[in-house]
Amino acid sequence: MVLKAFFPTCCASADSGLLVGRWVPEQSSAVVLAVVHFPFIPIQVKELLAQVQQASQVGVTVLGTWCHRRQEPEESLGHFLEGLGAIFSHKPWFQLCRERGSKSWSCKATHWQGPTSHAASGEDQVMLIFYDQRKVLLSQLHPPAVLPDRQAGDTTASAGGLAAVFDTVARSEALFQSDRFDEGPVRLSHWQSEGVEASILVELAKWAAGPVCLLLACLLSLVSAASACRVFKLWPLSFIWSKLSTCEQLRHRLEQLTLIFSTRKAKNPAQLMRKDLIGQLADALIPVADHVAEELQHLLQWLMGAPAGLKMNRALDQVLGRFFLYHIHLWISYIHLMSPFIERILWHVGLSACLGLTVALSILSDIIALLTFHIYCFYVYGARLYCLKIHGLSSLWRLFRGKKWNVLRQRVDSCSYDLDQLFIGTLLFTILVFLLPTTALYYLVFTLLRLLVVTVQGLIHLLVDLINSLPLYSLGLRLCRPYRLAAGVKFRVLEHETGRPLRLLMQINPLPYSRVVHTYRLPTCGCHPKHSWGSLCRKLFFGELIYPWRQRGDKQD
Amino acid sequence: MEDEQSFSDICGGRLALQRRCYSPSCLEFCLSCPRITLRSLTAVTCTVWLAAYGLFTLCENSMILSAAIFITLLGLLGYLHFVKIDHETLLIIDSLGIQMTSSYASGKESTTFIEMGEVKDVVINEAIYMQKVIYYLCILLKDPVEPHGISQVVPLFQGGRRQDHLCIQQKVSLGDGGILASSGRQK
Repeated sequence: MVLKAFFPTCCASADSGLLVGRWVPEQSSAVVLAVVHFPFIPIQVKELLAQVQQASQVGVTVLGTWCHRRQEPEESLGHFLEGLGAIFSHKPWFQLCRERGSKSWSCKATHWQGPTSHAASGEDQVMLIFYDQRKVLLSQLHPPAVLPDRQAGDTTASAGGLAAVFDTVARSEALFQSDRFDEGPVRLSHWQSEGVEASILVELAKWAAGPVCLLLACLLSLVSAASACRVFKLWPLSFIWSKLSTCEQLRHRLEQLTLIFSTRKAKNPAQLMRKDLIGQLADALIPVADHVAEELQHLLQWLMGAPAGLKMNRALDQVLGRFFLYHIHLWISYIHLMSPFIERILWHVGLSACLGLTVALSILSDIIALLTFHIYCFYVYGARLYCLKIHGLSSLWRLFRGKKWNVLRQRVDSCSYDLDQLFIGTLLFTILVFLLPTTALYYLVFTLLRLLVVTVQGLIHLLVDLINSLPLYSLGLRLCRPYRLAAGVKFRVLEHETGRPLRLLMQINPLPYSRVVHTYRLPTCGCHPKHSWGSLCRKLFFGELIYPWRQRGDKQD
Repeated sequence: MEDEQSFSDICGGRLALQRRCYSPSCLEFCLSCPRITLRSLTAVTCTVWLAAYGLFTLCENSMILSAAIFITLLGLLGYLHFVKIDHETLLIIDSLGIQMTSSYASGKESTTFIEMGEVKDVVINEAIYMQKVIYYLCILLKDPVEPHGISQVVPLFQGGRRQDHLCIQQKVSLGDGGILASSGRQK
């Protein structure tokens, strides 16, 4: 197998020294983690490596030497580097060398048989693969879809070659703690050598952000509570507030700050809070409710006539029609009574819309439910009537055939009826059968209306679920720091000269957006309808009430 | 060293296969697909605009014409960015893996890398397309659970569909046969 050496790009410009890293024999690859600079004492280097090995459980050793010839080639350095191979014995021993400022690298890997038998040492072909250490450290590899019958423990045991590289770099945090600018006995070069100061600032800012946010959120909530207090709504003050543009702007800023420092998830707030929008919404609600009630009245008039050419039973038709019309009349009166207060109620309710778009959508769903409450009532009346009729019909049909339902044994038994029982039973059966079309038609019409309303509400719930389960942080991470979520790697062949080792650049292949959403989906509240299509049809046929969109843990009605 | 040969696919479009050998352990095959022609572009644009003009004479609404222009532009951009593949590259690195890159006409590149430890074999599959039998190259991946099973079949060079790989299989299989054999795999 060709030997592979994974070399961090940050060390390509470092001074000469020792290569420190991990050797993976199964893949014949050496992962270089850092470069130890001169001068050093071998004992201290070995101590440091033992400490790191203990802290991180990664087998970190000295892999070879690194030579960066900035000035004229130094023969003494060359011999010195070769002599180090005897002190830190490692098979194979890598010797990487880079010419001054050029792109020509050379790499040798030798297998030492011993100091006396140089002739027997073999040299293998080496492939250099450059990787960005910081990105590989922070990245998380997402293997392709795992088979369902595969245990979680298998993945660590049979880690592929690249997963081993990522794993090695990620677990070697202990090695990256000391740097070549530190005062310690050993001077290392790794990714921290570029820009240590910036990372300290970032760390400090991260630690400070939590308490600061909490403090500011408390202050802002106090301020907004104070400003919403009733005192400021009195006439002189409210007139002044509306004239001063500073107060408008302050209010706007307060809203924005509350958003930024809130500890809650924010979606798309503050747009529903514009006063004119609430007013327009309130103004639009009353005519819509009136329109719905008018359409229902037309529908009932149509049913009371000869709907679709069917001939209804006149008396029952009139009774049911007038009953429902009276309900609509009550409902319209109620709406007109409430109309002056609608706008204020909506404004207060709309305050909670600053908690996000999902809250606003849920409020919309509730408004729809309240506005169509009369349709729900009609559905319940129609369904109950129809249900009673169906039960009566089935029981009398059994009597017609001379059978009876045995409650004790939960089955149909034969029964001998008296003549007068049979007579009355047959009469009632006939009456119910002839009244069935009328009741069934009313039931059908109101069930369809109810299903329409339920469908609209269901769509809104689906949208709310979708928004709730969208992993915004993961999507933002994929957008701004794509190397954190890795689907794999990609290689690019760098300039190649004959006689020199092959050089490749390893870059991180980010996860596609569809897989990000699929992997990091948040758990939804799971309001799925509990019925299958078959049971739904059965319930509709027998007139049992349907309750879709129940939350988990609700008691049954 | 570079080597170039041209072939044609089932529909008569011109394909070019380029082979580059960076080192004894690294080979690259680049297959470039037929380009989008001015004739097809003009035909599609004219069809869409004629249909929009027909609708406009029916409805007398000038929004239809603007919508047709937008649809044409967005459709062309979407086609170039998501559908039309310019060239595909297969990079085989000894004892590391196989990398497939598809470059789209808008410059987007999508890359997949398969580690050598997961590759079971490289085979040529037959498929029936309309009235013909065409051949395509694919990689068989190992099944981690079952040692002799196959978990996935990954077809290569899928950018131009309806390509017949039989005429180019000889070049590719000779090339990667050497590398795969040296990694200890059997052809």
